[in-house]
Amino acid sequence: MASHVTAHDQEHTHPTAGLYFKVGLVLFVLTALEVGLYEITYGEHAGSLASTLKPLFVPVLLLLSAAKFALVAMFYMHLKQDSKLFTGVFVFPLIIAAFIIVALMVLHAYHFAFARSG
Amino acid sequence: MTLTAHAHAAHLETSTGLDNRKVAIWTFIGSECMFFATLISNYLVNKGKSLVGPFPHEPWTSPAGQHFEPIFEIPLVTLGTALLLFSSLFVVLALSGAQRGNRKALIGWLGATIACGIFFAGMQVYEFTHFVHRGLGFTTNLFGSSFYTLTGFHGTHVAIGVLWLSTLWVDALRGKLPPQKSLNLEMAALYWHFVDVVWIIIFPVVYLIK
Repeated sequence: MASHVTAHDQEHTHPTAGLYFKVGLVLFVLTALEVGLYEITYGEHAGSLASTLKPLFVPVLLLLSAAKFALVAMFYMHLKQDSKLFTGVFVFPLIIAAFIIVALMVLHAYHFAFARSG
Repeated sequence: MTLTAHAHAAHLETSTGLDNRKVAIWTFIGSECMFFATLISNYLVNKGKSLVGPFPHEPWTSPAGQHFEPIFEIPLVTLGTALLLFSSLFVVLALSGAQRGNRKALIGWLGATIACGIFFAGMQVYEFTHFVHRGLGFTTNLFGSSFYTLTGFHGTHVAIGVLWLSTLWVDALRGKLPPQKSLNLEMAALYWHFVDVVWIIIFPVVYLIK
């Protein structure tokens, strides 16, 4: 019974409105950084920095997206406060999903390389 | 009898101590992760393999001499992205209002969430119409097929989310969403956040990475 009370309580200790606004601000800044990075690398404002930034563009963009994804999942979807069961139910398929994407990209890259050489 | 039934429904005893409906929506969201993984994979493996234009980032001239400009309009999509992110903030504030019994906050923030969702869906309708007018149909090239499939399914999820949240907004207006029933909104909010995190992936992968 005690464990039931703990789980129930965990479900309802959500963050304050102030924290939600702070997370919203960080999400907005990260999105602005993504678009800003695109503009100075490939956009109309691309200058002398563009050639230096091009190799870093995709990794940095993916990192920014991962940070935004984690912030929404942890604070807005309450995974940080809620039962770990929910985290497991969400993260396990997410790992499979990431594996599907990477595996298909590698498979197709190999197929095209083979098709061209053959 | 009715009062007892309602009280029982509000505090269900389960083996995990968690509400079954919340476990169900998380399981559904987990399955949706894999659904969108297939669509994102489809887009990525076909990226850059279109034989004919129009293309997302580069201009193209057809053998007949017809010129096509790059198809994406980043400022418009950035605005849609920002509004979808704000809608996630708004719905979590609406949920906070619902849980505290603050009906004014619930109605206001939920209305703002729905307005952002409608704007985003409208932005996508405009974008699709604009692309078709500029020569990119569903079967024009690999980019068109994979782009419309991925963003179209996401747009459908947004539309379903708007409908779901609208029914709860009507409930809130009629005073039928008390704190004891806030889980109804929490489930819709979880779905809405998921739609947002999918877009957090789609936006850079489709629109920003060349």
